[in-house]
Amino acid sequence: MRRIVIWLASTITNKTSSAAAPSSASSPTSTAASNPTASPSTKITTYQGSVAQTRWGPVQVQITVRSGKITKVLILQQPNGNRRDAEINDQALPILINETVSAQSAEIDMVSGATVTSEGYLQSLQAALDEAGR
Amino acid sequence: MSSTVLPRRADGRIERRVEHVMGMPISLALRGRHAATVAGDEAWQAVITQLRRVDEIFSTYRTDSIVNRLDRGELSVEECPPEVAEVLALGDEAERISGGAFSIKLPTDDGRRRLDPSGVVKGWATQRASQTLAALDDTDFCLSAGGDMVCHTADPSRTAWRIGIEHPLDPHTLIAVLPIRSGAVATSGTAHRGAHLVDPRTGREPKGVASVTVIASSLTWADIDATTAYVHGRDAAKWLQTRPIRSALVVWADGTTTRLPQDPISSDID
Repeated sequence: MRRIVIWLASTITNKTSSAAAPSSASSPTSTAASNPTASPSTKITTYQGSVAQTRWGPVQVQITVRSGKITKVLILQQPNGNRRDAEINDQALPILINETVSAQSAEIDMVSGATVTSEGYLQSLQAALDEAGR
Repeated sequence: MSSTVLPRRADGRIERRVEHVMGMPISLALRGRHAATVAGDEAWQAVITQLRRVDEIFSTYRTDSIVNRLDRGELSVEECPPEVAEVLALGDEAERISGGAFSIKLPTDDGRRRLDPSGVVKGWATQRASQTLAALDDTDFCLSAGGDMVCHTADPSRTAWRIGIEHPLDPHTLIAVLPIRSGAVATSGTAHRGAHLVDPRTGREPKGVASVTVIASSLTWADIDATTAYVHGRDAAKWLQTRPIRSALVVWADGTTTRLPQDPISSDID
């Protein structure tokens, strides 16, 4: 499933660019977007991809674009036959703080870092979080 | 920036626990049905019991640990608990995949190699212990062993966990935030321990890299891959591209960063 998710990401990238500049698309997958249903007032558009055959089985996705940004990915068909909503964040790509996250939205649940020893724990960010949760 | 770190105001109460095992803090965040039930607490106790047993077997700090007796030739692998063979096999596989950049046989000053499976044990043991928590129905958890963690969300429609990734050059701030529902996050670096990660082939510290964070489906391999990439120094990102990981963040010694895969989509939602 991991590889499928990565594959999905590259396919969606193609769809985004095809929506923006359809005439420049040359990759076969970039022509897959079809039946866009646009609502001009909210600028929400959904695109349904064609069914792609992968080594894990057939995959089909639908993406929702709002104001030029992908806001939702719906997996219409995946190898085990289930429909499953998957929000884009399931790709779990670290968001660099100085790029897109304001200090306010840096609210976090846990801290990942170089191994914290028990001796160094009290000075760590994780200790502050653990303490705040008591 | 980013010096403000707040525990988030999440949907639903997050229960937290901390215990110290294997010389490091084990932190748990629990939310959902069993966040504050007896079953939830029993699962946490089972995690700690299991990690303590792992420490008794694998600690290189305890003279009488199984792994030290094995290293001294006082025991054979067959005489050890079955976990030992499992961990040794993982270590061998990691050494093979890494071309020797990862090894559980570390060079010593006197020229011999000492058995130290710590680089495998932490991730492997935490992943294994987390199964007890994953068995709690309708309950989400994030189990961290000294900064490497297993995250689980029982219902994919619920909010992702948000993991702050520590800035290796300024460990009291964050360099990134990682939204993740289910999966493992491991970071290797030397921010808290001084230089303790060396290339087993040369005995030298890697150059050019400050920390490597790997996101993968299992903490066993996320941890091994983060360590190995770190040891690869300036080739950390290049080496990670050969691995079946979900994503990664490399922070270089000069504070610049590389993300893998390289920004496939805009991610400023949620």
